[in-house]
Amino acid sequence: MGDTAEPLLETRGLSKRFGGVHALERFDFQLAPGEVVALAGDNGAGKSTFTKIVSGVYLPSDGEILVGGRPVTFDGPQDARRQGIETIYQDLALADNLDIGANVFLGRELMTRFLFLPRVDRRRMREEAAGALAVLDVHLDRLDRPVRALSGGQRQAVAIGRAIHFDARVIIMDEPTAALGVPEQRKVMDLIRNLRAKGLGVIFISHNLADMFAVSDRIVVLRRGQLAGERRVGDTEPEEIVRLMVGRDGAA
Amino acid sequence: MSATGIASAGRAQGSGRRNLLATVASLRAWLFLIVLLVTFEIWSQVAYGVSFIASGANIRSIAVFAVAPVLLGLGQTLVIISGGIDLSVGFTMGLASVIAALVVNATGNALGDGGALVAAIVAALAVCLVPGWVNGQIVARLKVPPFICTLGMYGVTRGAAYIIANGTTVPVSNSWLTTLGNGRIAGFPIVVLVTLLIVLAVHYLLAESLTGQYTYAIGGNSQATLRAGVDVRKLTTRLYILSALTAGIGGILYTGRFAAGAPQAGEPLLLDSIAAVVIGGASLFGGSGTVSGTIIGALIIAVIQYGLVFLDVEPFWQFIAVGLVIIVSVLVDQSQKRIGGGGRADG
Repeated sequence: MGDTAEPLLETRGLSKRFGGVHALERFDFQLAPGEVVALAGDNGAGKSTFTKIVSGVYLPSDGEILVGGRPVTFDGPQDARRQGIETIYQDLALADNLDIGANVFLGRELMTRFLFLPRVDRRRMREEAAGALAVLDVHLDRLDRPVRALSGGQRQAVAIGRAIHFDARVIIMDEPTAALGVPEQRKVMDLIRNLRAKGLGVIFISHNLADMFAVSDRIVVLRRGQLAGERRVGDTEPEEIVRLMVGRDGAA
Repeated sequence: MSATGIASAGRAQGSGRRNLLATVASLRAWLFLIVLLVTFEIWSQVAYGVSFIASGANIRSIAVFAVAPVLLGLGQTLVIISGGIDLSVGFTMGLASVIAALVVNATGNALGDGGALVAAIVAALAVCLVPGWVNGQIVARLKVPPFICTLGMYGVTRGAAYIIANGTTVPVSNSWLTTLGNGRIAGFPIVVLVTLLIVLAVHYLLAESLTGQYTYAIGGNSQATLRAGVDVRKLTTRLYILSALTAGIGGILYTGRFAAGAPQAGEPLLLDSIAAVVIGGASLFGGSGTVSGTIIGALIIAVIQYGLVFLDVEPFWQFIAVGLVIIVSVLVDQSQKRIGGGGRADG
């Protein structure tokens, strides 16, 4: 997508301090529509601090967040989600005992009526959830089973389907391929490419360099809370990213 | 390690055995009930030459025996599905029984029998709101494990019931209240009809309403439910209040049936209520359970209790029988989960 497009998400001088610890310092970041950006960095580099700020969990100590070019502040995760930023957590935030409809619509259930009594409309939720998954090219043969019966990739799809069904523009994925087998990892990669094709922005956090190179357009490297470097995937190689992560090369 | 072995062996045997086991597990409560009824029928025919099942009096008695386990089991079902447990139901029932008796006696002259009954019901249920609300707040807000919190409340309600009753039972004479406890409409005991209404209400709540949907969601993943914007605290509090209220209704009906308020009215019902839920197929880890399952569970308990009385067996055997049914029931559930491999996050 073009450089002319307004970034979906932008941060300027974003900082977060916990007491004397500078978890994130003056971090500038941009995410364009249809772009997949990988965040790389060691533990404690600031990746999760950053994602927690832009998903409304933390308030920044300093700096600006812009969504679609408009400065915003997030009053909690619900607010960030309302403004189109959805985080897919590692534990997927699914209720294992419920079916896909109940999970996709959790907290936003569709209701119907029986005589004068309100009822949860399970059938319509299932059908619409199946529709949301079909958009991601995921097809389930049975919709009435609890999601614990699904594979890891399918469960990711439910979590993502939930996000896009509610018009998320930016999807943050924290280690989406951890704890998955190789075929399932490929499915998650396909899901991410699918989101890119639909013009969503994806922030992708991973420890796996091969995954980053396979799916992202750009890799942003954080080190000790600061931007250590930023590379287009076509213009770099894994060794360079590792050097940026550990900081042995001053060429950033 | 052995669990993995069993799981893979089960898979190797194909789906036939797995399906059979899953079916057996899902219907186990029904199977128990049928086996129990058949056993008692044969026993009764052989020992006394009369039918156990084909007797209106027996069926009515079993239904009346089932009233308290059903009512307390309903509240317990809600709490257990949400991942909690309520150990205070038994003495909340006793407290309600005592309050109902005292209020009926105190207001009988001023309000007449009918008015006094209404006052007693309102007062007893109002008092039950207190332990229910406090349980809910402590569990949901202060994150005290439900087992500990409601164990404490078990002590509080127990002590309060005995203190308010002055350490003894409180006899009542109120024609409306005893009619509620012992009367019949078209042959059906009124206590059973009242219980059926509560069953329908709780079934709607759990199976159809948003509250029910969130009860399952909290039991499945309370973090996810919270993140989805659901007010988990409020919901959890509501469930403990409902549990206390169903116990309170049980206490009022008890006072009507025995024409006396008794602090110990619900003493055996803590175990019975949990047993009904577990026999009915709910998981004590939360996330699953149904009203119909709990009712079957309560009926099994009632059949055992009444059946052994009917067959003139020493009543203490009922504890052993109910205990064994609980254990077998959980064993069937676990072996199905292990072999079915439909399991939890550990796969």
